[in-house]
Amino acid sequence: MIFSIAIFAGPQNSEAPLSALLFAKAVIAAGHDLTRVFFYHDGVSTANLLNMPPQDEPNVTKEWSKFGQEHQLEMLVCVASALRRGIFDQTEATRHSKPAANLAEGFEIAGLGQLIDVALNADRLVVFK
Amino acid sequence: MTPLLFIQQTAPHGSIVGQEGLDACLMGSAFADCALLFLGDGIFQISGIQNTQLLGVKDYSVSYGVLPDYGVTKIYCRDQDLKNRGLVLADLSISLEALSDSAIARLVEDAAQVLTF
Repeated sequence: MIFSIAIFAGPQNSEAPLSALLFAKAVIAAGHDLTRVFFYHDGVSTANLLNMPPQDEPNVTKEWSKFGQEHQLEMLVCVASALRRGIFDQTEATRHSKPAANLAEGFEIAGLGQLIDVALNADRLVVFK
Repeated sequence: MTPLLFIQQTAPHGSIVGQEGLDACLMGSAFADCALLFLGDGIFQISGIQNTQLLGVKDYSVSYGVLPDYGVTKIYCRDQDLKNRGLVLADLSISLEALSDSAIARLVEDAAQVLTF
């Protein structure tokens, strides 16, 4: 079965990105297809490289980066939601004259149309919010 | 079957979630047949007497007016939600249909994917 995951809440104040990661691991362990994860609304904060949770708490950004790269997931971050919340890849940082980029490794900036594509082309879309 | 059902559940302006939900719905309409359902306080997003100038924020609710141009005509709310909030359909800025709980259950059941905001 083809699963897709959408994440609508950020790691700063929600368990959603961490629950989504645990679910993603279970989906793959069960032998299903998971190729795309879409980060929208506050979920885009998951991709912020500058997140620095206390040392005795999980670093969800780092864990998603690692997991996404291990499994070659497309981890798509909505451009409009990201810019609004101060999350830039190098291209957007240059375009908007920002001094630095802060998109964590393994994530990529994408258009909102990708969320729709992800929704329409999965047997199950599971949203964490 | 409706490929995509969008559900708006929160009052406007306190959070940006409604605005980003509407953006997703408009984008969805470019790809597939979409339905839109307002539940609970979500119905306040299309209240016809909003004045966001007092808040100093953008009045994104005007964008709901373009839904028919985007081909989104299946727009619904919950009958009981209107009653509980002392609203009638004429108080809302766009035309939509008020549904019973059982009709809403069928709407959700009939949707291939549901995105709630």
